[in-house]
Amino acid sequence: MTKLLEVENLKTHFFSRNAVVKAVDGVTFDLEEGESLALVGESGCGKSVTAMSIMRLIPSPPGRIVDGAIRFMGQDLLQADDSTIRSIRGNEIGMVFQEPMTSLNPVLSIERQLSESVEEHLHVSKTAAIDRAAELLDLVGIPGGKQRLKDYPHQFSGGMRQRVMIAMALSCNPKLLIADEPTTALDVTIQAQVLELIRKVQRELGVSVIIITHNLGVVARYVDRINVMYAGRIVERGKLDDIFEDPQHPYTKGLLASVPRLDRPKGSRLVPIDGMPPDLSALPEGCAFRERCTFAIDQCATDAPTVRPVGIGEGHEAACWVADQGAGSSEHVLGVATDD
Amino acid sequence: MTDAVIEQPQALVRVSNVQKYFPVTAGLILPRKVGDVRAVDGISFTINRGETLGLVGESGSGKSTLGRCIVQLLKQTEGQIQFDGVELSDLGGNDLRAMRRRINMIFQDPYSSLSPRLTAGKIIGEPIEIHKLAASAAERRERVEELLRIVGLNPYMADRYPHEFSGGQRQRIGIARAIAAEPEFIVADEPVSALDVSIQAQVINLLQDLQERFNLTYLLIAHDLSVVRHISDRVAVMYLGKLMEIAPCDDLYEEPQHPYTKALLSAVPVPDPKVERAREHVVLQGDIPSPIAPPSGCVFHTRCPIAVRECAETVPPLQEVAPGHLTACLRVGPNAI
Repeated sequence: MTKLLEVENLKTHFFSRNAVVKAVDGVTFDLEEGESLALVGESGCGKSVTAMSIMRLIPSPPGRIVDGAIRFMGQDLLQADDSTIRSIRGNEIGMVFQEPMTSLNPVLSIERQLSESVEEHLHVSKTAAIDRAAELLDLVGIPGGKQRLKDYPHQFSGGMRQRVMIAMALSCNPKLLIADEPTTALDVTIQAQVLELIRKVQRELGVSVIIITHNLGVVARYVDRINVMYAGRIVERGKLDDIFEDPQHPYTKGLLASVPRLDRPKGSRLVPIDGMPPDLSALPEGCAFRERCTFAIDQCATDAPTVRPVGIGEGHEAACWVADQGAGSSEHVLGVATDD
Repeated sequence: MTDAVIEQPQALVRVSNVQKYFPVTAGLILPRKVGDVRAVDGISFTINRGETLGLVGESGSGKSTLGRCIVQLLKQTEGQIQFDGVELSDLGGNDLRAMRRRINMIFQDPYSSLSPRLTAGKIIGEPIEIHKLAASAAERRERVEELLRIVGLNPYMADRYPHEFSGGQRQRIGIARAIAAEPEFIVADEPVSALDVSIQAQVINLLQDLQERFNLTYLLIAHDLSVVRHISDRVAVMYLGKLMEIAPCDDLYEEPQHPYTKALLSAVPVPDPKVERAREHVVLQGDIPSPIAPPSGCVFHTRCPIAVRECAETVPPLQEVAPGHLTACLRVGPNAI
C-alpha cells in the first residue's frame, strides 16, 4: 500500500490579542490507501483543527498553520495555491461535518447542493450532474432518491441529512473521506445506520476514511488504526487491537477506564481522570498530561515526550516517558473496571 | 387501556397511565386544533425509595416530557402521578411549592440551565432561601459552602459566575442546587451527555456518592445506554411515547425481550474490538415515525424486524415475562404469536 496522506509536524495556532492558542502543536501521522483511521480525543484536543488544516479551511485570522507539511498523494497542500486546493477539496478529499442541520444550506434544494460540486469539479452538463445526484442519493440509501431531489434540508430527518452530507462528500469520487464526529448529533439506531454506510463506502468504493470522534465505541467497530490526541498532540497511536488491549499512554488507559460499558454489569466504579484538560494558550512545560497523570516522574515536568515505539504491536507508539516501563500493565491502572 | 402496574408497597413514585398531548394548531389568525403530538401516551411504572430507575429512548420518545410531568413542570393530560401517596396534579400554590422541596431536577445542558447573571453561591442558595432552610444569611452562606464541598468544588468559588466554570464544574453547580433543599427524589435529565468522557465519569461517580450519602431516589433519563446500565437498578425503555419494556437492570441488558430493546442495545458500540467482532448487530431501518400520527397497533411495527400483520392491528399490552420484567410485544412471552 502507498501513502495517501502524510501529515508532518503540523502546527496550527490561533492568535488572539493577548494569547496564542496552540490548538495543534506538532502532529504527525499518515494514512494508506483504502485504510480507515481514527483521530480520538476530547473537546479541544485539536482533532477537528487537524482535519480543517488538511482541508485548508482554517479561518485566517485568527488561525494560521505556522509549521509543518501535509502531503496528499505526494503534493504538499500547504504550498499549493488556492485554485489547486479548490480542485482537491471536494474532488479528491470529501468532508462530512458534525452538524447536519447547520452544514446544509436551508434555502437550496438537495438537488442544487448535490449537483453543484459535480458540475464544478467533473465539468459535466447540468442534466448529467442531476443524474449523478440521484445516483448518489440511492448510494447512500435514501429511499426514492430521485423523488427527493427537489426537497429542502428541513424535509429530511437528522439521519437522512447526514446521508445527504455523505452523498455530497462522495459526489466526485474522492480518494479520502474525512468525517468529523459524523454521528454525534444522531440517535444510536441512526448512528449505527450512518456508520454502516461509511464502512460500506470504504469497502465498496475503496475510499480511505479518517473518522474524528470522542467515542471509543465508534472507533472499536469501524477503524483499522487509531491516533489518540491530547492538548494538540498525538499521545498514542497504533493498530485497533493494540490500543484497546495494550494501551501504553496513561491518558489512553484513563479514557478506557472512565467510560461506562454496555457489557459490564452495574457495580464496578468508574475511574475518572482527575482534573481538566490544560489551557491551550498556556501549556505547561514538559508533558501536557502531567498534572492529571498518576505516573508522572520528574522528567515529565521538564521535557516534552515525543512518540517512540512501545508495546509489542507493529507501529504502536506513545509519547510518554514512563510508558512500557513504569506504568505497568493495564490492569494496574484500570483497577476494578477490568475484573470481568 | 390500562397496563399492569407492578404493585410495590415501598413505591415512592407511582406513575399510572400518564398521557401528555401537545395540541397542534393550524391557521394564523384563528388557530384551530388539528391534532395532537402524543409525546407520552399511557405510561405506568413505579420507583421505589432509594432506587435508580433508568429511562431510555431515542429523541422524540417522550422521555424528557415524562420527566417534566413527574416534577410537574408540565401538567399531564391524563393519568396520575403520585409521590409518597400524594397526587401531584391536585396540588397547587403552597402545597406544590412544599412538595417541590422533596422533588428536584438536574438538567442536561450545564450552559443554558444556569442564569449567567447569578453567582454560583446565589444559584445554589436560592432553594435554601425559597424554602426558608436557613435562619440567617450567614447560615445560608455556610450551607452553600458545604454544598460546594460536597459536589467537589472549592467554597471560594461561590462568588464566581457560571461563565468562569467549565462544563463539568457547571454540572456540579446544577447538582449542588438540586440537592440544596435536601430532596428525596431527583429527576436527572441527561445529566452527563453534554460532558467530555473523562469528565462524565467524575459526574457519574458524584451522582452515585450522593445517592448513597443522602439515600436519594433517582429517575435517570438518558439516551446513553452504557451510562444507564452503570447506575440504574431498573431500566424502562420508551419508544414513541409508549413503554416497550421495563426490567431489572442486568435482566434488560443480558436478556432483552422486546425487539426494539434488542436493536437499541446492539446499536450501541462497545469500546472493545474483540467484543465488537463477536456481537450481533441489528441495524434498524428508517426513522422514528411522527408522534402526531403514530402507527396503528404496536407503534414499533413499522421498523420491527419480526413484525406480523397483527402487530399493525393490536396494541400490545405490557406483560410480565420474568419476575419484574415486563414487555409490550405480541411476539414475546407465553402467548406469543
